Amino acid sequence: MSQGYQDGAPTAEQLAASIETESINKQRRYFLIGATAAVGAVGIGGAAVPFVASWAPSAKARALGAPVTIDISKLQPGEMLGPTPAWRGQPIFVVSRTPAMLEVLEESNPDLADPDSENLEQQPDYARNPFRSRRAEIGVYVGLCTHLGCSPKYYSEVRPEPFDANWKGGFFCPCHGSRFDLSGRVVKAVPAPDNLPVPPYRFISDSVVVIGQDEETA
Amino acid sequence: MAEAPQSQGKAAAAWTGFISWVDERFPLTETFEYHMSRYWAPKNFNFWYYFGVLSMVVLVMQLLTGIWLTMSYVPSGDGAFASVEYIMRDVEYGWLLRYLHSTGASAFFAVVYLHMFRGMMYGSYRKPRELLWLIGMAIFVVLMAEGFFGYLLPWGNMSFWAAQVIVSLVGAIPVIGPDVMEWVRGDFLISDITLNRFFALHVVALPLVLVMLVFVHIVALHHVGSNNPDGIDVKKNKDENGIPLDAIPFHPYYTIGHDLPAIVGFLIVFCAIVFFAPEMGGYFLEKPNFEQANPLKTPDHIAPVWYYTPYYAMLRAATFPLFGLTAKFWGFVVMAGAIVLPAVLPWLDRSPVKSIRYKGRASKVMLALFVLSFFILGYLGLVPPSPVATAAAQVCTVIYFSYFVLMPWYTRVEKTKPVPERVTMP
Repeated sequence: MSQGYQDGAPTAEQLAASIETESINKQRRYFLIGATAAVGAVGIGGAAVPFVASWAPSAKARALGAPVTIDISKLQPGEMLGPTPAWRGQPIFVVSRTPAMLEVLEESNPDLADPDSENLEQQPDYARNPFRSRRAEIGVYVGLCTHLGCSPKYYSEVRPEPFDANWKGGFFCPCHGSRFDLSGRVVKAVPAPDNLPVPPYRFISDSVVVIGQDEETA
Repeated sequence: MAEAPQSQGKAAAAWTGFISWVDERFPLTETFEYHMSRYWAPKNFNFWYYFGVLSMVVLVMQLLTGIWLTMSYVPSGDGAFASVEYIMRDVEYGWLLRYLHSTGASAFFAVVYLHMFRGMMYGSYRKPRELLWLIGMAIFVVLMAEGFFGYLLPWGNMSFWAAQVIVSLVGAIPVIGPDVMEWVRGDFLISDITLNRFFALHVVALPLVLVMLVFVHIVALHHVGSNNPDGIDVKKNKDENGIPLDAIPFHPYYTIGHDLPAIVGFLIVFCAIVFFAPEMGGYFLEKPNFEQANPLKTPDHIAPVWYYTPYYAMLRAATFPLFGLTAKFWGFVVMAGAIVLPAVLPWLDRSPVKSIRYKGRASKVMLALFVLSFFILGYLGLVPPSPVATAAAQVCTVIYFSYFVLMPWYTRVEKTKPVPERVTMP
């Protein structure tokens, strides 16, 4: 301290003294701190963009999610094709329903949570009917439970099942016990909140379905 | 021979010289004294004080075996499952490295749960250890995430569907849920894109966070000092040198005399499991996981590994919508709440005493019910859903939450016992 600073930098004591004598413009200091912090925050936010964005589905994932074509010519009434590795890697159910099954679906069922497909996000407009399909007999659904995404199993027969004594056919999710009818409509008081989703799809012939594409998205 | 003492003296002098050379450049002796030889630990530690050090032993083991496993593991949808089999069959001692790591995961949770229970029992979260407790809770949450990300890596069918279920939980968040879910997965379903990012999080990101949090946990502990089974502040009674009368130096008394035998005992049990029951009948390594991930086929019965089952049972216990929000959302809220609720214990406990030894009957009953509900939920989370199991899980969930929610009330009204001046020896 006694020898002094050749380069003119203040000593710690001098600095402390200058703070005490209020020779510092505090307002300017606060402004500079605030401005630096604000600019820094914007910078960090900007720098975070590539890190956050890189987690979105990549071009490869989107390409693999392209529409797929399924041949249903061998699908017998009452049977289900699938789950097939279809659209976006998600299991797709293609069910062929018998007239008896369709009759059950047309009856009004007070146990269903959303019988009239009022949640518009769960299906395209052309699937807002009791069968939730374009053609009554052929149903196409994303085979992932709307609860936590397990793949439900197909129980086609009308008979008492361990999970429902009054079973009329449909899908049962083994993970948490959610139940759906043959149109993928969810039953009340199960963990799943919504009907099974209907993917966009269209028939390009009597026996060929394209999944992931319809008139709107084509 | 006659010269031996002299040369020893020389060697000792050289050592002392070396240490003082280091001490001038790095606080070696100071740090060792602060954290070990002059860290005054209460002299009445018991069995419950083994689990802190044991969790550090397991952490080191997981880091070591984990690094070795990454040397042979292939993080891709095509290669992951086969590479685990390659490790099990073709890599020299690969089976041992993997079993140490998979059993280590279970051991980690076992010792951490016991360590947390110790804190709850003896009121170790109370002032001035609130931050210590919060850091510990952060470690617990990161550990759960670490276990979850690691569970996907073998790419077995249970790995796949467990990840699918847990990631779908995010989808329960209203409005933004589905988009966030897609962002987390990086795909429209769990895929090898998801596998790759979980691998990065499991082997790099979270271990770093975990090690840093453990370091901060110990810094906080050594700043406030250890609690003890009596919940007495040993710093209140000091001798003329300022050393707590009821405390002993952590090193060598606890390192050699307490922790080392505990580590040996733990390793005996641990190795017995690794060598004789590494799958533990499907509870440590689940049976569907011996089949490769199949996005089209959910295993007939999905259950998480045992250490997540209490929370999983609570998730499933929410079966009805409430206040216009879906059951799915409430399941998410209940599960997340059950995990983070212990964090607020320091502010819920209004008892004049810390340790369960001096608390009243209500606290003892509530703690016993809490432990009981935790075990029953742990069992219910393993079994397939049924109306009886769901009802039981709902009752236990209410008990679990009551322990916390009612605590400000029952800790205040109950009659506590007088706390002695000095600690009692076991």
